[in-house]
Amino acid sequence: MNALRELTADQQVALLFVAVFGLLALATAAVVFWGLRHEEEEAGERVQRLQRDLGALWTGALIFWLAWASGAVGATLLFAALSFLALREFVTLVATRRGDHRSLILAFFVVLPLQYLIVAQRRFELFTVFIPVYAFLALPVAAALAGDPQRFLARNAEVQWGVMVCVYGLSHAPALLLLDFPGHAGRGAFLVFFLVAVAAAAQLAQEAASRWLRRRPVVRRIDRSFSWRAWLLGTLAGGTVGALLYWSTPFQPPQALGLGCIAGGAGTLGALVMQALKKDAGVRYWGNRSSVTGAVGLLDRVAPLCFAAPVFFHSVRWYFDIS
Amino acid sequence: MTAAAHLTGLLLASVARLVTGAQGHWLGCPPKAEQRIYFANHQSHLDWVLIWAALPHDLRATTRPIAARDYWTRTRLRHWVTREVFNAVYVDRQRTDDQDPLEPLVAALEHGDSLVIFPEGTRSLRAEPQPFKSGLYHLAERFPGVPLVPAWIDNVQRVMPKGEVVPVPVLCSVTFGEPLQLQPGEDKRAFLERARSAVLALRPAGRRTAR
Repeated sequence: MNALRELTADQQVALLFVAVFGLLALATAAVVFWGLRHEEEEAGERVQRLQRDLGALWTGALIFWLAWASGAVGATLLFAALSFLALREFVTLVATRRGDHRSLILAFFVVLPLQYLIVAQRRFELFTVFIPVYAFLALPVAAALAGDPQRFLARNAEVQWGVMVCVYGLSHAPALLLLDFPGHAGRGAFLVFFLVAVAAAAQLAQEAASRWLRRRPVVRRIDRSFSWRAWLLGTLAGGTVGALLYWSTPFQPPQALGLGCIAGGAGTLGALVMQALKKDAGVRYWGNRSSVTGAVGLLDRVAPLCFAAPVFFHSVRWYFDIS
Repeated sequence: MTAAAHLTGLLLASVARLVTGAQGHWLGCPPKAEQRIYFANHQSHLDWVLIWAALPHDLRATTRPIAARDYWTRTRLRHWVTREVFNAVYVDRQRTDDQDPLEPLVAALEHGDSLVIFPEGTRSLRAEPQPFKSGLYHLAERFPGVPLVPAWIDNVQRVMPKGEVVPVPVLCSVTFGEPLQLQPGEDKRAFLERARSAVLALRPAGRRTAR
């Protein structure tokens, strides 16, 4: 441990990525081997699902590595591109009308780039209020000027909501990378890793718990497996993983436990909200080719992060009083 | 094709992919280097670019759109893009008595190229395509060996409504169906109706539409 502490911040982060990619490579090899052994049995579908999940993990890990390796500018550009793709998918799912054209253009080509420009400049005060205050007014003004009163509130709510989730929420990930924690400068990647690990642990633990507990679902028509006890177990798992990872962060173990619970709980609830949205839009599975126009399922994967990242970011900033 | 035209083509295809995804779903047939006539619904000027971007790269050079001569040769830029980048087949909209309007299409097919046609003849803003014009039937009669591939272009009307200049990023897809052939002795109206329903059958179901 002492040898690890003596490394520079960059070396520590590099080591973190080596460890993550090493684990992923091991897992992939195991799945490939397992798939070879159970080739023609009914296990095929499970292997496929595992492979798909692993593929998503690889993509995620690669994105974070690229984000860190390319510095502030690269990270911002990368997450801006992700935001763009997620918002594109979101807008595809909601029923916009002709009158929304201008406000959508404003969202895609003005609000989104500006938000990430503000992140890259580390102006966190403006970053926090830019979308909830300024874009909140600008988008409906653009829609009102188009002169279509039909379903005005519903249409604008949909656009606003998409911008909040896909742009505002996701932009907190590069903000974490760029946040200057006193005495922890240059280690923003560990905060992002902490967040992702905690959110993923909470999600996995909640799924496992709901299968094991077989509780009566609270909201059957939205999610057949969601129950409060499973959610609580997921949140606690997030907290535990957070406490186990405390050494990589500027937090003390109890703080890491608390923040882990917050981020984990927020992420799983965010996934539930996305589930409800999918049901509303008539989509069962977000990667479905037959019912959604070419959607690639990106929104599904970033949804927990979109909800957990802002909650985590602002809890950290408020608790540690970082400006 | 010049280098500038090649680069413009790549640029247009990547912009189309960035804005719309331009996903090609080959449900009824694989993308193949054979002579084909693709026919699709027509809702927007972007339709052709979308089909073109959804095609594999090496099929793009031999697959040609139809362009109205008066509109697409009016300015130098339009003419250059349709001629050099897309290798369009120009047709005259004004019908003259001594000339068959399908003549340029027939020439292109005899040359071995594939064509993309929009048999409605004009852009329609309704949910269902309008009745097909008879050009498709005459081509099918004249080239019985060429497979007729129906295609449905989905969602493109939301990208750029009439009168707007900047496109909104919305995912679109092009679904290619099973090839048709003119049956022996099939009546013109029956064939056109069959072709139209083949296009309509490819429309993705179960998605919420604007109320």
